[in-house]
Amino acid sequence: MQDFGGAFSLAFSLVLSADPSLLEIILLSLRVSLSAVLLACMIGLPLGTLIAMARFRGRSVALVVLNSLMGLPPVVVGLLIYLLLSNAGPLGWLQLLYTPAAMIVAQTVLIFPIIAALSREVVEQLHTEYAEQFRSLSVPTRQAAAALLWDARYSLLTVALAGFGRAVAEVGAVIIVGGNIDHLTRVMTTAIALETSKGDLGLALALGIVLLSISLSVNAAVMALRLTSARFAYA
Amino acid sequence: MPEAVPIRRPRQVTQSALLGEVKGLVYEAGGKRLIDAVDLNIPDDSRTIVMGPNGAGKSLLLRLMHGLLKPRAGRIVWNGRELDSRVRLEQAMVFQRPVLLRRSVAANLRFALKLRGRPADDEIDRLLEEVDLTAQANQPARLLSGGEQQRLALARALATRPRVLFLDEPTASLDPNATAAIETIVQRAHERGTKILFVTHNLGQARRLADDVVFMNQGRIEEHTPADEFFDQPKSQAAIDFLDDCLVSH
Repeated sequence: MQDFGGAFSLAFSLVLSADPSLLEIILLSLRVSLSAVLLACMIGLPLGTLIAMARFRGRSVALVVLNSLMGLPPVVVGLLIYLLLSNAGPLGWLQLLYTPAAMIVAQTVLIFPIIAALSREVVEQLHTEYAEQFRSLSVPTRQAAAALLWDARYSLLTVALAGFGRAVAEVGAVIIVGGNIDHLTRVMTTAIALETSKGDLGLALALGIVLLSISLSVNAAVMALRLTSARFAYA
Repeated sequence: MPEAVPIRRPRQVTQSALLGEVKGLVYEAGGKRLIDAVDLNIPDDSRTIVMGPNGAGKSLLLRLMHGLLKPRAGRIVWNGRELDSRVRLEQAMVFQRPVLLRRSVAANLRFALKLRGRPADDEIDRLLEEVDLTAQANQPARLLSGGEQQRLALARALATRPRVLFLDEPTASLDPNATAAIETIVQRAHERGTKILFVTHNLGQARRLADDVVFMNQGRIEEHTPADEFFDQPKSQAAIDFLDDCLVSH
């Protein structure tokens, strides 16, 4: 039986002393997940907006596919990205496997459907409200899309934060394509898995505390954004 | 707050030049014919009020004439040109429930002005002054009162400098003061040469504003006459019943 009290004590001392190893892992996690969120937003927001505004044959199928992709199993995504990026794969020449870039790619693939599907819902709701007024004002499609994205900015930021929450807590894909290499591709989730298997509960708990804190902060930010937008009647 | 518009004697419909023409307009939805072979000549310099009981097709007719809905059959011509996206640039519409962007009052106007390529601050100031919203310029538009929101919607429509302004019961849920303010703005726009097409259920408002009245019933135009003729000597039984109902309910 492990000494849980000792593990917690060690965890807090690591967090409070800003242990360099701990910081390195946290910063890499944030770098990977924030980059993935940024890329996923660059792909997902325009895609979600397009599906929200356009009426085309097969739109319902596109919606079903997009919603289904929200539940992509991380290990399957990891495996597919691994096959793409491995030396024998079509993108092997990029030499990205076992680098943070590969982890960013994997997390982007995982969360862009979430960003696209949720932003589609947000933008479509607003589009329904604005559509007749926009037609009356003869707003060009591109300007209409920009206006919808801008006016839905608070809700879309919430969507991005939801994507970040999923990315930063993800382990299956990044461990396959990143390899959990110390000082190179070790992020919080993979480190927790490794340290737990080694029995080093102090570091695992310290990382868990940070991960939980990030999760709490993200949720608090989402709540604050909702309240702010409601207060100023922008929602 | 601006004063109510005084009752004016209407001009004769037949004396005005034609601005628009509707021929054989048909609109169907859900298997029902909601606009039934409507013909309408729209005089240029008048305030045309569209009246009729609920479900008569008044709002639909306005939307069709503005190009927001596609008719099943018929033609709509403005100034000798078939209604298309370019013609629509010369028109604006104010809806019963104003749809305002989730931005400040001034930003709502800037958006409309930018669409027409002139997002000048002095133009925004002028419009705000015109609708008495200068003090609320930086407030979120959706925090305005109902009357203020409708004045902003009207200012945004006027920001596009429309040749034709459609108003679909813009004062339906407003109190008398807010209604008077809207009527004054509409009257000023008309004096500057904007053609007004105004749907209302309010008999008093129709009497105050109308130069000519289009009376609709069951998707058809029962009559289109100068206002005093309509109010004093309505021709159709449906119009007589409608006016009687209005008098009873008021």
